[in-house]
Amino acid sequence: MTHSSNAGFLALELDGDGAHPAAWRKARHTPDALLNGERIRSTVVAAESAGFHAATFADGPVTEGRDVAGRLNALQRAAFAGPVAGSIALVPEVDTVYTEPFHAATQLASLDYVSGGRGGWLVKASGDAREAAAVGRSVAAEDALAHEAAASVEVGRRLWDSWEDGAVIRDVPTGRYLDVDKLHYADFETPAGFPGEAYSVKGPSIIPRPLQGQLPVLAPAQLVSVNGSLLPSAVDAVLVSAPTAELLAAEAAEVRANLAAVGGGPAGIVPVGGGPAVIAELDVVLDSRGQSAAARLAELEAFTAWESPRARFVGTAAELADFLAELLAVVDGVRIHPAVLDVELEELAQLVLPELRRRGLLQPAASGGTFRELLGLERPENRYATALLDTTIGEPA
Amino acid sequence: MSQENSIQHGRATFRPSGKLQFGVFFQGVNSGTIWKTPEAGSQTDFESFRRIAQTAERGLFAAFFLGEGLRLREHLGRPHALDVAGRPDAQTMLAALASVTRNIGLVATQNTTYNDPADLAHRLASLDLLSGGRAAWNVVTTDNAWTGANFRRGGYLDHADRYVHAEAFVQTAKRIWDSWEDGAVSSSVGAESWATPAHARSVRHEGQHYTVDVTPRLPRSAQYRPVLFQAGDSPEGRDFAARQADVIFSAHPKFEAAVAFREDIAARTVAAGRGANDVQIFPASEFILAATDEEAREKKEWVRSLQIGPQQAIAYLEQFWGRELSSFDPDGPLPDIDPVVETTSETRGSGFHGAKARELAEQWRAEASENGWSIRQFVSSRTARIDSTFTGSYSSVADTLAEYARVGAVDGFNISPWIIPSGLDDIVNHLVPELQERGVYPTEYVGSTLRENLGLATPERSPELVPEAAGSVR
Repeated sequence: MTHSSNAGFLALELDGDGAHPAAWRKARHTPDALLNGERIRSTVVAAESAGFHAATFADGPVTEGRDVAGRLNALQRAAFAGPVAGSIALVPEVDTVYTEPFHAATQLASLDYVSGGRGGWLVKASGDAREAAAVGRSVAAEDALAHEAAASVEVGRRLWDSWEDGAVIRDVPTGRYLDVDKLHYADFETPAGFPGEAYSVKGPSIIPRPLQGQLPVLAPAQLVSVNGSLLPSAVDAVLVSAPTAELLAAEAAEVRANLAAVGGGPAGIVPVGGGPAVIAELDVVLDSRGQSAAARLAELEAFTAWESPRARFVGTAAELADFLAELLAVVDGVRIHPAVLDVELEELAQLVLPELRRRGLLQPAASGGTFRELLGLERPENRYATALLDTTIGEPA
Repeated sequence: MSQENSIQHGRATFRPSGKLQFGVFFQGVNSGTIWKTPEAGSQTDFESFRRIAQTAERGLFAAFFLGEGLRLREHLGRPHALDVAGRPDAQTMLAALASVTRNIGLVATQNTTYNDPADLAHRLASLDLLSGGRAAWNVVTTDNAWTGANFRRGGYLDHADRYVHAEAFVQTAKRIWDSWEDGAVSSSVGAESWATPAHARSVRHEGQHYTVDVTPRLPRSAQYRPVLFQAGDSPEGRDFAARQADVIFSAHPKFEAAVAFREDIAARTVAAGRGANDVQIFPASEFILAATDEEAREKKEWVRSLQIGPQQAIAYLEQFWGRELSSFDPDGPLPDIDPVVETTSETRGSGFHGAKARELAEQWRAEASENGWSIRQFVSSRTARIDSTFTGSYSSVADTLAEYARVGAVDGFNISPWIIPSGLDDIVNHLVPELQERGVYPTEYVGSTLRENLGLATPERSPELVPEAAGSVR
């Protein structure tokens, strides 16, 4: 991870009509035009054109009441966007508690193929009773969530490596399409004391190693800790929230220091090659079309109250550019949750991102680049290619 | 398919449409797809899938079809090395293809054993909405514990229970897809609420193998719900299809067998209380075409030699013998030693599961020696898809297919290209125009949804979800 460069990246959450529950009332389309491919196409293209480096796609149950009651599967929205977009990374939220880790791993690997190496995984560990009931499981306890996430991430990473690069050899003289010495069982078992129901995953994967080798794995900072089950070394980036915008930079610095400590470096200084990237989470409401951000927010709040765990920025585009400039000095990237996607994205595209680019604070959008490249990550070694442990399947021929 | 082109089945009569449609099955596994030639492209690059899907769409194909295998195939305890292998997740790939196609149906093979009903139904509904009503589910019932080793629950289902389980699963999925009222989501920017109040009924199921309690979060699609394909060929599988499916992906493309299969399915469909035309039939097929019959025959020899090389011939026998046979000459007689296993293993895919090994070996030796066949010749005869291959000039194959259309032996063919990504070019460039000239193939997409393009009726809401009965599901 390169933290020396000042240039950061910006991600945009594309869920629904925006982060505010009443966003649909201010969207520039009718409610029945939300849940379709064209909506995905137009929002991803708009985000990419604006210069966003990554798009994220929330998943899970929707709120009850008068607001948006539908949501398309996040991974499929990201996959749909794969051929549509050319440079933006596509990062769906995928749950680790109530999904099958094998499905999650192979679907994410497939996302990497359909997006040309721009896939990522935003790890979710759902403590939502509705998600448990949907699949007939009992709800996971709060302190079990990180264990579930850690297990699923480990399954994913092993399966992605279970085909070494170059396992497809197409060797005509010997008649071998595959070199089976380059395929490996994952042989994952949940560790002793695993708080959920124990399980195992055999492998190998059903798809060759992803284009990126390993997809970048992002997780909320509260799931990750140096003495917990989901270790900093298991993820490539953490998402940091704070109660207010003013507290966000300090919180991000503290998280970075805490997570880097395991690398042996002094607190606050990230050792070379160590420590996940830090991404700040920010809700954003901007002035638009002659209406102040505060007035717009008040209108939305009159319909439904916005209960968000994230810091909130309410102001002008110029103020946001200044705020982000300060924040990007501390974090590697910022994920923006627009109050109303159609409205905020217009202002971000017209005013905020051009200003940040003018100040040289944003990485250039590399057409054809991978998500790992954006994060400054090398293409990783394969754990099985270098392991002394013989994990090759069966007896060598 | 009697003289009058119809079959009487009591109150229901099968009537041939006189038309055929095509689907394409991008296999990604097995020996049918050749790779030992420079023109054979990637099995994983998106570009290969886009080329096939868009070529199929140019040829007005009804459907693009992907299989599923949730465990990498093995041979004598190691991954099978000789055939193409390693393919993307079906629904993830189809969601991507939805953004680069407009009309073609997108069919995902997904099993009912290692998926959760609420999750799978939601993902299929997502694909259906993303594609504007072009999604379909090919329901399979893979149940073996060997595949289960990749999943939280492991193997848990008895083979005998697979269709009971699958049917409950499919019914639950249909209830999830049917749970939203039509027109539930507002078409007005100034609406009081995003959807009508109480627009979705929750769906609950408590069964032997799974429990579901979910408030579905997607409205119905332009085709109401995904089209259902089914491929099981056992009597239970056929009855299951007759009750639940819209299309059967059959194993009976040969003319007489296709006619018999049609009669059988029409009878079972009528017995299940549906119309004789309600379940369509698309057999698996392979086309080896050229300008002349002679050229096509030569091309076929070449294709076969690349599908089954000497190593594949030996490996084919090894999976039935359960032992290494590399010391035997592929151009010599069948092994005189006996299999070391009682039954063949499922590790090479469902098609090989459970055969009685010694009996087979005995029969095969006799068959080979009667015909004077070497191992290679014998295996070629076994795997050549004699029944599913149409070989010949464009016009002679078109004549053959026109006869299928005339009697209604099938509704279409699900074509497996023997080479990726160019495997549909000949078919779309030459065979489709010949079929169109004969009036047996579409000249345009009639609608935007798969259901419309297949000519399937709009499904009726699951009976327990019609409003007056809503109390039963709360």
